[in-house]
Amino acid sequence: MLDFPRWKRIAIWALLGFGILLSIPSLLPGNIAHRLPAAIQKIHVNLGLDLAGGSHLLLEAQTGDVARQRVEMMEDNIRRQMRIATPRIDIGDVSTNGGQLSFTVRDPARIGDATTIAREQAQPSSFGGTREWDISANGATIAMRPTQAGLDAAVSSAMESARDVIDRRINALGTLEPTIIRQGANRILVQVPGLQNPEALKQLIGRTARLEFKLVDLTATPEQLQSGRAPIGSQILPLADGGRIAVLRRAMVSGDQISDARQAFDPQDGSPTVSITFNGDGARRFARVTQENVNKPFAIVLDNIVLSAPNIEEPILGGQAQIRGSFTVESANQLAISLRSGRLPVQLNVIEERTVGPDLGADSIRAGIIACIVATVAVLIFMFLSYGRFGLYADLAVIINLFVIVGVMALLNATLTLPGIAGFVLTVGTAVDANVLIDERIREERRRGRTVLMAVENGYKEASRTIFEANVVHTIAGLIMLVLGTGPIKGFAIVLLIGIATSVFTAVVFTRMLVVGWIRRNRPTEINI
Amino acid sequence: MRLLKLIPEDTNIGFVRLRHWAFGITVLLTVLAIGAVGWKGLNLGVDFVGGLMIEAHFQQPPHLEELRANVDRIGAGQGALQAYGDPRIVAIRLPPPPGGAGAASQVVDRVNNALRADYAGVTIARYDTVSGKVSGELIRNGILAVFLAILGIAAFSWIRYEWQFGVSTFVAVIHDVLMTMGFFAITRFEFDLSTVAAVLTIIGYSINDKIVVDDRIRENMRKYRKMEMGPLIDLSVNEVLPRTVMTSITVLLALGALLIFGGHVLRGFTAAMMLGIIVGTYSSIYVSASMLITLGLKADVPGKSGPTPRNKREGRNEGYDGAQV
Repeated sequence: MLDFPRWKRIAIWALLGFGILLSIPSLLPGNIAHRLPAAIQKIHVNLGLDLAGGSHLLLEAQTGDVARQRVEMMEDNIRRQMRIATPRIDIGDVSTNGGQLSFTVRDPARIGDATTIAREQAQPSSFGGTREWDISANGATIAMRPTQAGLDAAVSSAMESARDVIDRRINALGTLEPTIIRQGANRILVQVPGLQNPEALKQLIGRTARLEFKLVDLTATPEQLQSGRAPIGSQILPLADGGRIAVLRRAMVSGDQISDARQAFDPQDGSPTVSITFNGDGARRFARVTQENVNKPFAIVLDNIVLSAPNIEEPILGGQAQIRGSFTVESANQLAISLRSGRLPVQLNVIEERTVGPDLGADSIRAGIIACIVATVAVLIFMFLSYGRFGLYADLAVIINLFVIVGVMALLNATLTLPGIAGFVLTVGTAVDANVLIDERIREERRRGRTVLMAVENGYKEASRTIFEANVVHTIAGLIMLVLGTGPIKGFAIVLLIGIATSVFTAVVFTRMLVVGWIRRNRPTEINI
Repeated sequence: MRLLKLIPEDTNIGFVRLRHWAFGITVLLTVLAIGAVGWKGLNLGVDFVGGLMIEAHFQQPPHLEELRANVDRIGAGQGALQAYGDPRIVAIRLPPPPGGAGAASQVVDRVNNALRADYAGVTIARYDTVSGKVSGELIRNGILAVFLAILGIAAFSWIRYEWQFGVSTFVAVIHDVLMTMGFFAITRFEFDLSTVAAVLTIIGYSINDKIVVDDRIRENMRKYRKMEMGPLIDLSVNEVLPRTVMTSITVLLALGALLIFGGHVLRGFTAAMMLGIIVGTYSSIYVSASMLITLGLKADVPGKSGPTPRNKREGRNEGYDGAQV
């Protein structure tokens, strides 16, 4: 029992000292912590949104969009390929209903050729063996159905680029430190601390920002506009300020061909506008189409709504255009950011939002710290009154344990949430359970007439097994919370789990070292416990 | 210095003698808890039913009826108000608005504007909007977590000890969970995600407590092979009673500090845990330990990997008070 080699003592102190050291950067006030070297600043506990204030948004993509877009894109490809085939293949009855593309080949002799073209178009765009389309031919009708594997891959890549787009858009808002991660197959979690205006954020994220320049179809009759049935090759879209307009399906230029977008002011009436600059390819195409269509109107379409349909007064050759609409400076700026960062490949909906104001967060931190101090002091006093010297050892263990938990959290860059603070307070209460078990056992052993040394040794030995088992059980509960829990529950579980690990060490190993040191120095024959 | 001993050394309470009474009370309370949950239902938070929760901080305590009327006038459905300890802090609950996507945040805006017009200096401290889809998943995960925790830990004590310990622990923990839910049904505290964390913590704590008692029962079963189960359980419970009381008090002290100083957001969470600590301690004695007798646990069971029997020299020195039982 008294055999506690020097190296072991040094190792225990060094380990705890290291743990406490790690906690220091997180405990220093912000203005001092910022002066530390960058490498040390990295070791800190993050504050959760409920403490720092901020917004938590869970976005879900409408994967149906991706599926529909894929089929529509395939329709475009097939039509073009059949047209440019030599000789041209006539097809009809083209349908994109039921999530698949089907068409009929007019000339029975060409069915073979048409199937070959369809097969070519269905080749995966990337290397990697998954088949993306199922092709079936029934008489003259060829049906192309996207496979689940192909669809999943498409959704996954759409989500990946959506994540990047959101990242660019939020970063354009300024010096926030957002967390943007994909969750599951079709979700993105966005967490932005310290945000003043979550509305702006949501508008920025919620907009697809699919910008297209399309020629207005002047052949459409008022009846067609009324019924919404467009002439072939055209579509009918709503105007931003009411009414409808027919435009050609095929876009002259699209948002993908933009190199820059800025908020600007109309030189004539000073109203806010968005000024866009096309890239090389976009500028050439825009110049060519405007040259060919002078004195005809074209439509500026954003997310399938026509913002305006100005007349082409003269060819626009500079590769620049102004988008007018009923903008405010703020909304024009938001649109400019959205256009610069590219369009979202899918529509994203907010399915969960949690926003905490910075004041409430600060209040919660203050209340949490006070509760933690009061709890600690109460437990320290109670332990001292109950177990005297042994209680003091346990108290020292509790205090060190609190710092070490912070240190370990800092090392893992874990996030402290409000329930996490509750976890701290609870750990103060439960950590001493180990010491209570040990000290009660020592009392029992003494009552039974054992010597001090035997009593202490048996106390630690017998209690250790129970302590171990009890903590295994706590760990199971904590792990389940960590795996199945979300946000706040995870924060609670992290503190609980770290607390279990460190408290077993401080409450059992560390106090044992202190008790042994005392017994060795003083050789007591009687202990007050 | 005279040390504090809350439980005198010669304490010898006849717990087992009272177990039929306790059983009656336990059954009654459990039926009451189930009845309360079934009849009154739980006051589920937006986490679990979806919708909006807006926490507003007022300069002056608002008149609740008037505030309710003001909220209803916004036309976003029937509002439910909930005051916290501080009358200036009010949580406004609204059903999930139709039309998905941006609809929820528009409602938050409308409430914000309406409040600002009627009450000077009001601030929206936080708000949560949860769609029905997400709340459904959260419910599923919460129930799954609680069941996995109970099953996992009962399985652990079954593997570790005899099956009777596993079964009795399982029943006792179910009892604890039911009591906690009954408490929430009666007090109308909001049952939300953090309550699930509280329930899981209660499960952990309660089983911890049972392990300490069960451990001692096992130990004494080896030591006193001839003793009847009744006196043996009494002896064991009395032996660990000081520890049980001490630990309950330290945890309650810590939680008490959290309840008083920890702010209103954590209040329901803390209250649930305090109740759970008391219920869990009670069920260690009157549900799980008593049940061991009913389940016919006999001393002198050929051991699995339980505590190692002491050697004979030590065994002769034993002088338990409890041996006189």
